[in-house]
Amino acid sequence: MKQIIKSKIGSILTLAFAVVCVAGTVFAQNGPADQNKTGVGGTFAITNANIYTVSGEMIKGGTVVISGGKITAVGARVSIPRGAVRVNGSGLNVYPGMIDAGTNMGLLEIGNGVAGTVDAGETGNINPNAKAILGINPHTSHINVTRVNGITTVQSMPSGSLVAGQSAIIDLNGATQSAMAVERQFALVVNFPQISTFAGFTPGVGPRFIDFKQAVKRRDNRLKDLKKVFEAAKRYGKVRQANAKDNSLPAPETDLKMGAMVPYVNGEKPIVFIAQRARDIHGVLKFAEEMKVKAIINGGMEAWKVADDLKKASVPVIYNRIHNNPSNEDDPYDLNFEGPAKLAKAGVLFSISTGNNGASVRELPYQAGLASAFGLSKEDALKSVTLYPARILGIDDRVGSIEVGKVANIVVADGDMLEAMTNIKHMWIGGRKIPLTSRHTEFFEAFKDRKLAQ
Amino acid sequence: MNKAIRSTVLFALVLSFAAIGVAQRTSGDVLIRNATVMTASSGTKTNTDVLISNGKIARIGKNLKAGNAKEIDATGKYVIPGIIDAHSHAMLDAVNEFTYAVTSMARIRDVLDPTDVTIYRALAGGVTAANLMHGSANPIGGQNTVVKFRYGRSADEMVFEKAPPGIKFAMGENVKRARNIPGVPRRYPASRMGTLEVMRDAFVRAKDYKKSWDNYRAGKTRVPPKKSEELDPIVEILEGKRLVHAHGYRSDEHLNLMRLADEFGFKISTLQHGLEAYKIAPEIKKYGAGVSIFVDFWGYKMEAYDTIPYNAYILWKNGVVVSINSDSGERIRRLNLDAAKTMKYGGVPEQEALKMITLNAAIQLGVDKYTGSIDVGKDADIGIWSGHPFSVYSHAEMTLVDGEVFFDRSKDIAMRKELEEERKRLEAMEPNLPPAKRGKKKKPEAKSEEKAKTPKREAGGVQ
Repeated sequence: MKQIIKSKIGSILTLAFAVVCVAGTVFAQNGPADQNKTGVGGTFAITNANIYTVSGEMIKGGTVVISGGKITAVGARVSIPRGAVRVNGSGLNVYPGMIDAGTNMGLLEIGNGVAGTVDAGETGNINPNAKAILGINPHTSHINVTRVNGITTVQSMPSGSLVAGQSAIIDLNGATQSAMAVERQFALVVNFPQISTFAGFTPGVGPRFIDFKQAVKRRDNRLKDLKKVFEAAKRYGKVRQANAKDNSLPAPETDLKMGAMVPYVNGEKPIVFIAQRARDIHGVLKFAEEMKVKAIINGGMEAWKVADDLKKASVPVIYNRIHNNPSNEDDPYDLNFEGPAKLAKAGVLFSISTGNNGASVRELPYQAGLASAFGLSKEDALKSVTLYPARILGIDDRVGSIEVGKVANIVVADGDMLEAMTNIKHMWIGGRKIPLTSRHTEFFEAFKDRKLAQ
Repeated sequence: MNKAIRSTVLFALVLSFAAIGVAQRTSGDVLIRNATVMTASSGTKTNTDVLISNGKIARIGKNLKAGNAKEIDATGKYVIPGIIDAHSHAMLDAVNEFTYAVTSMARIRDVLDPTDVTIYRALAGGVTAANLMHGSANPIGGQNTVVKFRYGRSADEMVFEKAPPGIKFAMGENVKRARNIPGVPRRYPASRMGTLEVMRDAFVRAKDYKKSWDNYRAGKTRVPPKKSEELDPIVEILEGKRLVHAHGYRSDEHLNLMRLADEFGFKISTLQHGLEAYKIAPEIKKYGAGVSIFVDFWGYKMEAYDTIPYNAYILWKNGVVVSINSDSGERIRRLNLDAAKTMKYGGVPEQEALKMITLNAAIQLGVDKYTGSIDVGKDADIGIWSGHPFSVYSHAEMTLVDGEVFFDRSKDIAMRKELEEERKRLEAMEPNLPPAKRGKKKKPEAKSEEKAKTPKREAGGVQ
């Protein structure tokens, strides 16, 4: 067991030592270079811990029992099943695993200069049949690096084109794509046409811009294209359905792209629209209403300006602007830090997301914390990376809080999970106790005691 | 946003912030009352006052007398040294001289933009000083400038005059990539091998150049050698008068550079980035260089793939002077949280973690006599935080440079309405209206003036 224990006070050291001993009996195999260890299942009882259920009150000195991959008991007085592996939680906090609802996890390893590792997007404009689940590398180093910071579930989205493809929801554990999948095809991802004056780079000179009027026209044209595609997909769906009911009617020629769009354009499954500015979010709302589709906003920089309309239309926001400067020089310096607080106040369902492609998804807790330094309540900050993203992703019956019957995606920390100084001490994904190792801990072990050659 | 609006609004903004500066002017005499003071040099002191007089820290203690000083009640708040970013490109109108492989003649001081809003955003994250460097396109890049963030003042007034001069070196992927800049002739080097040869060649030439000047000065030759803007700064490196800040990622790069420096008898002051420095921490300690790193930013290119967030801890444990930098107009706003992460990853003690964004950066930049800790006699570069600066729930409330308040969150919030109205007013002004709405009272000269103005900010956009 090579868990890194750095104690600040003696008592914690003793406790940590005890914890290591317990954990050590569960899994004894921690060699370097074995990425993506999938942990050990069984029955576990985390005892005498502060349990942040998120859905209800915090339970002091409580117990959580994990068995068969699920949470089987939670409370202050809980009988521990015979044979359960006990994890002493005294002085520790228990949380549901965090969820980042807006990443490109697994779709690229190194974005700049290593093109062979990039599977983030497809060629052309309309790629509804591109499925993230088929591109996600289950053995990317990003997965272990992310989960040891307490993140257990993400939405991974294809990127790039107007209709980028279909996202997947995955748990950050599993040796195969299927083992990780929570929803293989969750949402259609659309880069909603935006009004932008940017017109590309001239080599050696710099960015080129077009006139605002032209930019509006360009957006309108792209929006028209998008509408055409949606309408074509709806027609395709109707013809297919008609044929299914009455096979004397002509069957449509199979079209993989149109076929992929049908459940989304029919409003059966959600569509993630990437949009930041208020005018673009307004555009999405109008478009979604007209097309009768189920929209989720990803980005949401100025969603707070459109909060009432978002609320009225029940459109949630995956907010990913914490680690981004405000777009205008004269905006208040904390404008993007305050976004989540404003959305919470307006009653819009939102989650905080890193919007990152993998390597920095582990920043998620600190981003939620930073939003809390600028007006978001601590309670909402915690929810914005647990229960709220679970709701947005439609998996709140399964994860996002500590409740009996839910999947055991659980994190045990030695302090407030959103604080940068806090250490994750134990974690379970799908009820399997996950070793807290990653590419980074392996390098650490290999080099921490290195001395000069004699 | 329309360029014209942006420049007009920006101009108004600068005036406004300058106005804050004036309104808040303390003549550098301030008494910060009853704070938790994290000194970064001698531990944390609770319920403590810090008396600033004439811009310098005059006394640290309990129940100090204010005299004429402006009092700031910091009950329940934390006082820490101003954060110093040892690697920044804020304020720069141009970052890289993408031409020669040796651009030691290029000076960052010539391209400082004192109106860059990054300065204000950095102040709002408790940052008071930064090392502004040339980019990493060239094995030997341009001369850096250390500044204090005295926002609202001129570029010259921001320069940290007492900071020793320095220069940027660079190795690795960015240097190699810079040979493929469209519109610029392909250049040597293409590899890490050639990068070191470019440096070696420059030092060979600089030594010859120095020798010819030495001979001339000693009266051995009668004709003065031709002056070289390129070689003069390199001679200063050889003479130990100019600090070398060497950008590199891979551990082998750092070792090879240190060997090259030994060969020519000069010193590398800081290894910048040093993503793999932890692999060679004992060698770096023995050599005596500082290392300035990202705390946990990784994986964005191949040479950033082997870094670990335990880098700071391993270097610290080996006795290396480590600083944590941003290299970013965004990350510079949250260096406090980056320092906090070093306590998590490995377990750097609190004060050592704080030093990594304050005193250690000051040491690396050669300004630790003047700033970087809360000590009597030092410049009053200070951040006042709502809570513990390492907590995600805290924010900077006030940032002082030389005892002057350059950021005050309560004033900032109070001014927002006024700025919003000013913005609306400016947007409604004739030259700022979109062309379709313009021309109710047509003034042809106003239009041509507008045309001449528009392309101005577009140049120099490549970084």
